[in-house]
Amino acid sequence: MEFYRLTAHELVELLDSGRVQGDELLLQLKERIDTVDPEVKAYVRPGSPVEVQPALAEKSTHTPLKGIPISIKDNICTEGVLTECCSRILEGFKPPYDATVIRKLREAGALILTRKTNMDEFAFGSSTENSCFGATSNPWDLRRVPGGSSGGSAASVAADEAIAALGSDTGGSIRQPASFCGVVGLKPTYGRVSRYGLIAFASSLDQIGPLTKDVRDCALIMQTIAGFDPKDSTSVDIPVPDYCASLEAGINGLTIGIPRQYFVKGIDPQVKSVVEEAIAELKSLGAVCKEVSLPHTEFAVPVYYIIATAEASSNLARFDGVQYGLRAPLKNTQNSPMIDMYKSTRGAGFGEEAKRRILLGTFSLSHGYYDAYYLRALKVRTLIKQDFDAAFKECDCIVTPTSPTAAFGIGEKMEDPLQMYLSDIYTISANLSGIPALSVPCGFTKEGLPVGMQLMAKPFAEETLFRCAYAYEQATVWHKSKPSLGAS
Amino acid sequence: MSTHKTEELVTYVAHLARLELKEQELHKLALQLEDILGFIAKLNEADIKDIAPTSHILPVHNVLRDDVPGESLPAHKALENAPSREGDSFTVPRVIE
Repeated sequence: MEFYRLTAHELVELLDSGRVQGDELLLQLKERIDTVDPEVKAYVRPGSPVEVQPALAEKSTHTPLKGIPISIKDNICTEGVLTECCSRILEGFKPPYDATVIRKLREAGALILTRKTNMDEFAFGSSTENSCFGATSNPWDLRRVPGGSSGGSAASVAADEAIAALGSDTGGSIRQPASFCGVVGLKPTYGRVSRYGLIAFASSLDQIGPLTKDVRDCALIMQTIAGFDPKDSTSVDIPVPDYCASLEAGINGLTIGIPRQYFVKGIDPQVKSVVEEAIAELKSLGAVCKEVSLPHTEFAVPVYYIIATAEASSNLARFDGVQYGLRAPLKNTQNSPMIDMYKSTRGAGFGEEAKRRILLGTFSLSHGYYDAYYLRALKVRTLIKQDFDAAFKECDCIVTPTSPTAAFGIGEKMEDPLQMYLSDIYTISANLSGIPALSVPCGFTKEGLPVGMQLMAKPFAEETLFRCAYAYEQATVWHKSKPSLGAS
Repeated sequence: MSTHKTEELVTYVAHLARLELKEQELHKLALQLEDILGFIAKLNEADIKDIAPTSHILPVHNVLRDDVPGESLPAHKALENAPSREGDSFTVPRVIE
């Protein structure tokens, strides 16, 4: 039997009862990676072996993920294991500690795969093409992108090269690739999951979250990684509910808001009709649908590209050739040798998109432009948040497409950064307003590409998302479809 | 903004960001940033009168904790990744002329 095709919750049971041996599962998974990863390229450093960090289960009696191999995005710190954000500037970086989410997974018995998953450099992108390791392919069509920036994590789960994965989401970087690859992806409420050990992109927007084969796995992983962490001053000290317990509660009487601004120009007609069918399915399961309005939606992308780049330009100042990673050789110039070292290291180490964002962020924070750009964006962010506050007075959950299109072609948007930015149009608002949002597979285009439906809820209402997505998933078959890859 | 002026601005901002750009890069980035700033100008249409800025989504405030000594990273571990070091220090090019 092909055990690597199973979900985490199925494997936990089989491993526990001894019907599957841990060694056998791991061996099968490694063979699977060897077979299909040369095509998919979900993992970084092609050709190097995949091992696992030993579990820390002996420290804990509660091991809900015992023996489950999990793949990790290249921007989440793993002690002694290369973590390079797919950037030349972090070449050779082996973190001296585990991120809190990694420690929690290891204590829960999970096996952390030591070859990280591919991503856009520093999570700057929506296609996983901006990586110093090259592009990842979409398992459903190798000529297309897997989405991004957690494209490697999403592809590894879709291609059965990992049982589940962790990614990070600053403007859609978990949900959009989940949608493109036909898997489940959750961006938790800001503050729900510790960011300690996540290499920062935009600190007021970043969250770590799971990418999984089904909704129950998503709840299971979330149960392990959520919670207060004294090492992250923005993590929130409120109890974590039992996510799995509420899965089967059904959605009879749940009010679902459909924002009219999300179904207008720019949306692919096939995506629109697939999501509309999914909404009809939610109705037939007992949900009450009503139209809601998020009037400032059109400002979300410009607000995001000011705030996220401003925070990124500040966070990336630490990559200067002193503490870790690359240092460019000294040049013989009349200028300050220290400043020259900074400039040449950063010039050589950062890729094109990183440079673009550092420049844009530095610009909007600089003297003379701060009020007109950065401060204005912070104020419009307030308006976007107020839109959601008002909408959630009228509904429990908001449903939209995750992305306006299905997966696009490799290379298609690389020369047009603005078009690339617009592919995040439906996901960005959840980060700006801090709310949780989940993408669940809801069908396919005629070309056989997965489409995702996005569910959004009030802060800390992840339970509502799980409940709604689970009811939908159990009533449909999409999560059972697999791409055909390798010999299978 | 003319392309020449944008290139001047990009050169200035790149200096602030301590980012070396090649001639070709400068030209391409200037064009793209012009495009992006044009798009961002859309924000001028939003009515922000009397609206407070949101820099953070949670109602966070500073809390002082007790000063309890705890375990911290030993120096040799903190220095492990340094491209250049000497003893317990990072080494850098000459800073003072």
